[in-house]
Amino acid sequence: MRQTLIAIVENKPGVLNRVASLFRRRNFNIDSLNVGRTEDPNVSRMTIVVDSNQADARKVEANLYKLVNVIDVQDVTGQEAILRELALIKVSASPEKRGEVLSLVNIFRAEVVDVKADAMIVQLTADESRVDSLIELLRPVGILEIVRTGHVAMMRGTDPGKRYARWADEDEEEYFVNGRHYAGD
Amino acid sequence: MSEIKTGAEIMWECLVREGVKVVFGYPGGAIMPAYDAMLDFDIHHVLVRHEQGATHMADGYARATGKVGVAIATSGPGATNLVTGLATAMMDSVPIVCITGQVPITAIGGDAFQETDVTGVTMPITKHNYLVTSADEVARVVREAFHIARSGRPGPVLIDICKNAQIDKTEFIYPEKINLPGYRPPRRAPKKDLEQAAKLIAQSERPVILAGQGVLQSGAMRELREFAEKTQTPVAMTLLGLGGLPASHPLSLGMMGMHGEAYCNNAIQGSDLLLAFGMRFDDRVTGNLRTYAPRARKIHVEIDPSEVHKNVHVDAPLLGDLRTVLGDLTPIVDPMDHEEWLDKIAEWRNDTEKRDIMAWPDDGLLYASHVVRDLWESTSGNAIVTTDVGQHQMWTAQYYHMEQPFRWITSGGAGTMGFGLPSAIGAWFAHPDKQIWAIVGDGGFQMTQAELATAVQEGANVNIAILNNGYLGMVRQWQEFFFEKRYSGVKMLSPDFVKLADAYGIPARRITKREEVADAVAYANSISGPVLLEFVVEMEEAVFPMVPAGADLDDMLRRPVRRQSGD
Repeated sequence: MRQTLIAIVENKPGVLNRVASLFRRRNFNIDSLNVGRTEDPNVSRMTIVVDSNQADARKVEANLYKLVNVIDVQDVTGQEAILRELALIKVSASPEKRGEVLSLVNIFRAEVVDVKADAMIVQLTADESRVDSLIELLRPVGILEIVRTGHVAMMRGTDPGKRYARWADEDEEEYFVNGRHYAGD
Repeated sequence: MSEIKTGAEIMWECLVREGVKVVFGYPGGAIMPAYDAMLDFDIHHVLVRHEQGATHMADGYARATGKVGVAIATSGPGATNLVTGLATAMMDSVPIVCITGQVPITAIGGDAFQETDVTGVTMPITKHNYLVTSADEVARVVREAFHIARSGRPGPVLIDICKNAQIDKTEFIYPEKINLPGYRPPRRAPKKDLEQAAKLIAQSERPVILAGQGVLQSGAMRELREFAEKTQTPVAMTLLGLGGLPASHPLSLGMMGMHGEAYCNNAIQGSDLLLAFGMRFDDRVTGNLRTYAPRARKIHVEIDPSEVHKNVHVDAPLLGDLRTVLGDLTPIVDPMDHEEWLDKIAEWRNDTEKRDIMAWPDDGLLYASHVVRDLWESTSGNAIVTTDVGQHQMWTAQYYHMEQPFRWITSGGAGTMGFGLPSAIGAWFAHPDKQIWAIVGDGGFQMTQAELATAVQEGANVNIAILNNGYLGMVRQWQEFFFEKRYSGVKMLSPDFVKLADAYGIPARRITKREEVADAVAYANSISGPVLLEFVVEMEEAVFPMVPAGADLDDMLRRPVRRQSGD
């Protein structure tokens, strides 16, 4: 089973290395790991997809908290979340095949972002399964190259994702993570 | 009012503000600006003979006091020599700060002389580490490093500081506040979780407390005792938890695990509720996880969320600082007596005391266990004791009964040979008024014996007891039990330790008879400065009882009856 976690981390040199090193030494298998800037210049956001069962996601979260630069971790698996990845797919497309490619592009609401005499590049932003489907349908045409970003994720509305490790703040009886109160599970 | 200072001056100023009075180190090119600035501060520098020794000294200092120990080294090989000590401190959650020089920022990445990617090398074996590339960062980093090292679950922090960051001048502003948004160790467990745990405690008829090093690190000795006495729950201790409850306390079961008392392991296996207080269910204490305490529910009080459910699934985790959590938990549990359960344990105890640990051979020969037992008696159990790893370590854990915390200094999780002598020197700097004994084997001692010179140079009042059996004893024991006595790579030739000590100007004696032990201990205590005693002990004694690695916890190898006294 796939687990998607969001980690909010300090935007400092070496943080990606720390996360990758942690995953390697704890023997967590990563499917994809995406890092980027956020609304706050001091923090970066990672979307981590791990191949695991439920217990392992708990482990991943708890281990990420051991890293001083990790500010917050949420599990958005099975939650109200939007998951997207971007794929660039280069197909070998002689003029007579272009029509077939274009009709698939239309059905998937993808885009053709480059055309040369012998190849074209299709761009699709969608969740993983739709990207997989388009790739399968393009395969008979002749795929030359694929690059995929892996998932980025965001919870819908203002709900946070799931958190497993809970503790009370020194002065308050409510659960408290990263300055935000939330109810326990 | 701010001043302009060099990065090196700022570093020492911040160390002094953290209360540092002694650092253990070894100079070299990339750390020379710091060594130069050190002369202007009220800091005592201990010149070690190998950087590994510096980390173990800082470690021994930290374990004896609960304060942060500091080691310092140069770049490249100086820094890589710290690796074993960092791993040791990491596994045992010991607060140390290691400072290493680094080549200037302009040379980084160019394979400069003595350049090593030290933050990369030490990332998995530090709680956190820093590469400091400019003088502006020094004050903040030192402040954060000490905070991280000693708070939450303690651990080693490394600061790799570029030469230019030591030399350059900047405005010194001491950071009063620490800003670490991602670092929030849990302190207080939620009320709902406490109530859930109290319910399990009320239902239990055969509870056992598993007390780990967290008891000492949280300073929860009194809280542990109050909880145990109120609920009449017996207390088993991990190797590093020894001293958390006095060994003579009626509820103490002594040490659990691979070489623990048989009745202690029986109690754990027969229990219906384990209360794990600041311990992490290491494989050396659980044995086979599938058959571990099969009827017991588990409550786990733990400050590190990643330890919960790691090896053993628990029914009620209590995330927080042990002292705080017990302070909240004890008032909401009802007093209990558990008479039947304690009687059952007493029965096991009476049976096993005739065997195993308390039944040592008495055939006129000198056994290592005799030495430790007699050393305990001759020092009234009051010494600070350090060890290496192996048979002598287990015998010391079994026979040197700890009545007080912070007096038992040993490498548990990492199992580091060569730890005993340098950690004893570090402990002496923490408590120069106390008796310090390094109980070491002939193997481990030779790994860091170069630190004898450090002990002499510093006048460290450290007594060294080498239990010399001519073997790497624990490996030999495993080969005897599990490899059909095919002894491979374990026979060890040693120098004449008395002559070796003499070369360093250290008074020394060789002891071959049990009658001489007490006298030798008195002799060592009468001399100020380091003393070395070599005990030539029986070569093929084994540590009993023993749970073979991966076996069920109650599947113990017991001391053969033929070796009992009077048989």
